[in-house]
Amino acid sequence: MVPRSAVRELAQLPEQQRACVAGRIVAADPDGFTLQDDTGCVSVQHSIIPPLGAFVRIVASRAGAGLSVIESLEVLSAGSERFTQADSDWAALTGVRLPNLRRRQALKRAVQTFFDSAGLLEVDTPAIVPCPGLDVHLDAIEVLGTLRGPRWLHTSPEYQMKRLLTTGLPGIYQLGKAFRRGERGRLHEPEFTMLEWYRTFSDAEQMMRDTERLVAAAARELTGSLTLPGVEGPVDVTPPWDRIRVDQAFEDIAGVKLEHVLPDEERFYEILADRIEPKLGRGRAVFLTDYPAPMASLARLSPHDPRFAERFEAYLDGIELCNGFSELIDATEQRTRLLRDQTEREKLGRSVYPLDERFLAALQEGIPPSGGNALGFDRLLMLITGAKHIEDVLALPVSRV
Amino acid sequence: MYDTSDIKKNLKIKLDGVPFTVVEVQFVKPGKGNAFTRTKLRNMFTGAVIERTFRSNEKLEPADLEERQMQFLYKEGDGFVFMDTASYDQLNLSAEQLGDNRWYLIDGTNVDVLFYNEKPIGVTPPTFVELKVLRTEPGFKGDTSGGAMKPATMETGLEVAVPLFINEGETLKIDTRTGGYSERVNKR
Repeated sequence: MVPRSAVRELAQLPEQQRACVAGRIVAADPDGFTLQDDTGCVSVQHSIIPPLGAFVRIVASRAGAGLSVIESLEVLSAGSERFTQADSDWAALTGVRLPNLRRRQALKRAVQTFFDSAGLLEVDTPAIVPCPGLDVHLDAIEVLGTLRGPRWLHTSPEYQMKRLLTTGLPGIYQLGKAFRRGERGRLHEPEFTMLEWYRTFSDAEQMMRDTERLVAAAARELTGSLTLPGVEGPVDVTPPWDRIRVDQAFEDIAGVKLEHVLPDEERFYEILADRIEPKLGRGRAVFLTDYPAPMASLARLSPHDPRFAERFEAYLDGIELCNGFSELIDATEQRTRLLRDQTEREKLGRSVYPLDERFLAALQEGIPPSGGNALGFDRLLMLITGAKHIEDVLALPVSRV
Repeated sequence: MYDTSDIKKNLKIKLDGVPFTVVEVQFVKPGKGNAFTRTKLRNMFTGAVIERTFRSNEKLEPADLEERQMQFLYKEGDGFVFMDTASYDQLNLSAEQLGDNRWYLIDGTNVDVLFYNEKPIGVTPPTFVELKVLRTEPGFKGDTSGGAMKPATMETGLEVAVPLFINEGETLKIDTRTGGYSERVNKR
């Protein structure tokens, strides 16, 4: 029995030595065929050409840049030209996606290593919840057929995770799916992977340090450097990252005073999305800090200036990577803000989800002062691989489900 | 009226009385903020491309264009000549007016010519066109880096990424919405 090799390993195969390779016939050549596996292609000289699309196993030896069948050729499946169509799974996965999926696995491991060695507990909280989060601009996906009243897929696991903080654990993290109805684009998928973590006896400051170190550790592990390829251009992620306050960004980058924009929330986000975000984190990662209080429903207000909240976002190459804050732990204040969000949702004609009384009860019970952060895992992978579209880092994006 | 969720590539809309074709759409949403649709729009009179961002509650006016089925006859200098198959009337469109659609025209192609106030301003090609491969490297050249696609030039000059198994002279089905390879048309 000749052990099986991957196509990519054949470049190192010494002359005369035999190799066993299995893969798909992707092209008929003048003197043989092209065989492909998940690592690459090789041309094989042979007098018989199996049907296009068939999987075969061959035992062959080196012949110049290719192979020559010397012993056996087994045809393992029927041929089909279905794979030659642009919408085939083969076509969708073979190009950039397969290498990106390998790096996805490596990034997951790097993230887990980072938090495990920091002493955080990895948790898995439910995806189906009775109160999906009242963020004014997020819509949840309803789950039908549940037995105990209405349920939704969460838009973020924060209520459930914060309840675990009542234990006073030093920290928890979760790498899981979050679901947001109607979000689809270059940086958005309705089902995406979120990395969310919390540290007790901590705050936004610590979350920013975690973010810098995590991204730097992942960059080192996956690219061997502290400069990520980015989506449009390289981004230096060497800590510490620069910081810019929201009011300063409005004035310096957009040329408008925040107080002139502020009562109009839609205009705030329009300027942020159109004129500020595209300029942030170009060449170097940056934190946008000190959000106006109304834009931070779950964050603690700054003790120095209550018009602002201890909320931040990180931007790399114009892409919002994460959103974190010093958690609001005052149950009464939290209830007031959630009620306000409910009213706001009603005004905008959006579904009004119930208050999560168990979450509010946990705050009542008491959790230590904490910091929390939610980071778009797929976006980090895009910045690491240089993928231009979130679909390129997913096995089966929603468009192909 | 269109909603912003209707915006997709090649949609024709009217802004301040001028018809535009959508050439690029991007969903933009700051994490906790409201969603926007950022677009690139091509002015159908001048061919100039502008950027425009729409709020999610904005309504867009459809461009009231009239479509007439015509046949592409031939290229003449910088212009493209079309003929109304019923009246035999002929008209000329420039490369700028056709934009990327000029890459899908071979003699005899039936297209919808778009008229705005009786003036021809562009065409809608069929969703799929069949074009011959003029030039592409032969199949596979011995490196094992694994790329499944290679560049090819079609008979109209269109550049397309095609799978390794495609050879010169073969006919491919091209998706005119994306400008991409769709499938190989079996030689009859």
